[in-house]
Amino acid sequence: MSKVIMTVDDSASVRQMVCFTLKNAGYTVLEAIDGNDALSKLDGAAVNMVLTDLNMPNLDGIGLIRALRAKTEFKFIPIVLLTTESQAEKKQEGKAAGATGWIVKPFNPEQLLAVIKKVLG
Amino acid sequence: MTDIHQQAFQEEARELLCELETALLELESTPADQELIGRVFRAMHTIKGSGAMFGFEDIASFTHNVETVYDLVRNGKMPVTKDLIDLTLSACDQIRKMVEAFDTATVTSDENTEKIVSAFRGLLQDAKAQGGDTLPQGVPLPDSPEPTAVGDLGKEKSLTCRIRFRPHHDIFSYGTNPVLLLKELRDLGVCHIVAHTDAIPELAEIDPESCYAYWDIILTTTQSLNAVRDVFIFAEDNCELKIDVIDEGAAVDEDLDYKKVGEILIERGDLSGEEVKNLLGTQKRIGELLVDSGLIDPGKVESALAEQKHVREIRQKKQAAESAASIRVPAEKLDGLVNMVGELVTLQSRLSQIAGKMADMRLIQIAEDVERLTAEIRDNTMSIRMLPIGTLFSKFQRLVRDLSRDLGKEIVLTTEGEETELDKTVIERLNDPLVHLIRNSIDHGIELPGVREAAGKPGQGHIHLTAEHSGANVFLKIQDDGAGLNIEAIRAKAVEKGLIPPDAVLPEKELFSLIFQPGFSTAQTVTSVSGRGVGMDVVRKSIDTLQGSIEIESIKGQGSTVTLKLPLTLAIIDGLLVKIDEQFFVMPLSIIEECVELSREDVAKAHGKKIAEIRGEIVPYIHLRGHFMMGGNAPLIEQIVTARIDGLRIGFVVDQVVGEYQTVIKTLGRAYRNVVEVSGATILGDGHVALILDLPRLLQKAEMEERIRT
Repeated sequence: MSKVIMTVDDSASVRQMVCFTLKNAGYTVLEAIDGNDALSKLDGAAVNMVLTDLNMPNLDGIGLIRALRAKTEFKFIPIVLLTTESQAEKKQEGKAAGATGWIVKPFNPEQLLAVIKKVLG
Repeated sequence: MTDIHQQAFQEEARELLCELETALLELESTPADQELIGRVFRAMHTIKGSGAMFGFEDIASFTHNVETVYDLVRNGKMPVTKDLIDLTLSACDQIRKMVEAFDTATVTSDENTEKIVSAFRGLLQDAKAQGGDTLPQGVPLPDSPEPTAVGDLGKEKSLTCRIRFRPHHDIFSYGTNPVLLLKELRDLGVCHIVAHTDAIPELAEIDPESCYAYWDIILTTTQSLNAVRDVFIFAEDNCELKIDVIDEGAAVDEDLDYKKVGEILIERGDLSGEEVKNLLGTQKRIGELLVDSGLIDPGKVESALAEQKHVREIRQKKQAAESAASIRVPAEKLDGLVNMVGELVTLQSRLSQIAGKMADMRLIQIAEDVERLTAEIRDNTMSIRMLPIGTLFSKFQRLVRDLSRDLGKEIVLTTEGEETELDKTVIERLNDPLVHLIRNSIDHGIELPGVREAAGKPGQGHIHLTAEHSGANVFLKIQDDGAGLNIEAIRAKAVEKGLIPPDAVLPEKELFSLIFQPGFSTAQTVTSVSGRGVGMDVVRKSIDTLQGSIEIESIKGQGSTVTLKLPLTLAIIDGLLVKIDEQFFVMPLSIIEECVELSREDVAKAHGKKIAEIRGEIVPYIHLRGHFMMGGNAPLIEQIVTARIDGLRIGFVVDQVVGEYQTVIKTLGRAYRNVVEVSGATILGDGHVALILDLPRLLQKAEMEERIRT
């Protein structure tokens, strides 16, 4: 059974690109437009990994990570943060919230898959 | 990047720009609205991030400047002014132009971009001047993102490093799986991983959500050190990580031995030098000592041992790689392969036999294909075991040089046909006989310089070694330009030893072959070089066991030539399959001359003597049925197989000659090692076992029995 990855991003084009890349690589993809959307969609759903943007309306990436880590079923899953290079301190904040790793935007599909392979196996 | 993604971005950018405009206009009336500022920032941020991803680098770098300013506004470091809103709106227009321009591929005016960018930079400068050293830097976009797991490729130089990876107990709660990191390391190169379990507490105290294990990893990789570090890029805050380069791998280290276990442990800081020194007084291995003493955990020692082993292996591999584009394979593996090919040949001949009997064309076709393939596999396998004889020849240069100097002679050794290939076992077993023959040439053959000059020859003697292929055999010649064999001395010696009657008239060749008799030496003095005449018969025996033959030619005063005829391989020989009373035997074809009939009349004519007249020559024969004391009745017409052994013709009488047979030699078990007449056995196509006869030995034994009887 293919692994399920949720991508959380307020940018439709980024979601589309991530979705396209992951589906081509054989993963099953769930989409959410922000942290709150993600939390409601994740309620009861089994995912193997979450890819989340940092800056989002309603609930941002850091908040989402904190919320997910507080739930038993998401305590140990890999969560990767999408950030930009100017947010080095955000990287640290994300890490402190429990992010597994990060991908720096802009990234290409190969880099995305390399990171997913790294944390998901 | 595909076009659908770019189109998606363009659509999204248009929407964002609309939203941005609305937000900006609202912001103008309520400049302190944090929510609105956040919306503007996020819109800029998304345009920048997505733009860079889908190939709109110009938009990304342009928007970056706007975003930087709004980051300050968001953090309250800069007020929202009308100027700022105007500038941002013009920036929006510019971005929209750039988005649309991508479609039509027209170049947007750089001037306008420059103007807006410098205006934003101006705002930043002002903010800086007002104080606050916590400004984010308006750095240009880097060309490539920060390193991900994709490492530097294409570096041939290999690097060996020692890694201690000790995750913090809470590493799991970051979604990090240490096993995946180890797996990633394994993908980088040759890797030895030792897990340490000494930190795992008793079961009652274990927190199942904590990581207690830690690892020592020795890795040799062609990737850069940075690529190795990148493996831990996400985990570096959640673990203790120590990476030491222990081998740069620039040059091949001649010394295969690596550091001692104690040294490694001290280097790693697991142990102090004092502790090791105190222990080394005793005799045990250091590793055992350390564990026994309780100074250190067995896992640490195991890890150090793994490092030692790893580095040795890597160095060995490097050496092997440098030596040639060839593989070293243990000889027993090849022997195993040859054995299996033997079985295959046997099986194939069974298949051919059955296919022939069943007369089914389809089966016969398959059998023929299998036969062809088997022959190819056999030849290939045999060729793997072949070594050029040059390796052996080169050893003799030194021998000749040293010996001739000891004896005060000047001798050069020349070789020819070094590339001739022979079975590995044959080459190994050829060494001793060849040393004997060359010593003989140096000692007895080639004269002292003075004697040579007096005889009109150059003072410098010459020994020439030649190897050449001829069918399934290799001929090896040892030629010297010495004094040659002294026929009279040999004859006198032979008479003295009672080997020949004084009045015997023997052809030269037979006289020469007498020197291969045990204890025969014509040397006037015994020298350290060629001993007491134990040499030549030993040479003969070695060559016999190799299924080879030996011949001497000599011209007095001009030198002698010893020719060795050797089979290419010992594992499979061409044999002659014969039958005596339903039993099969194989005789090595190499020494067989011909097969003739022996009728009852012929036997009667000989008056009880076991001799037959073949082409005018009297040939003695051994009646194998009688020799092996086999029962049953001989057929009316038997067959004599004649062989040439030591230059003598001798016949072996069998019931029936079946034909040539390619024989896969199987050695007999230890229980039969005292049976001299049989050198091995082979399995025939129909499953019968045939014994392989050692004809020279058989002859010797028969002669001995004859002597005892008379």
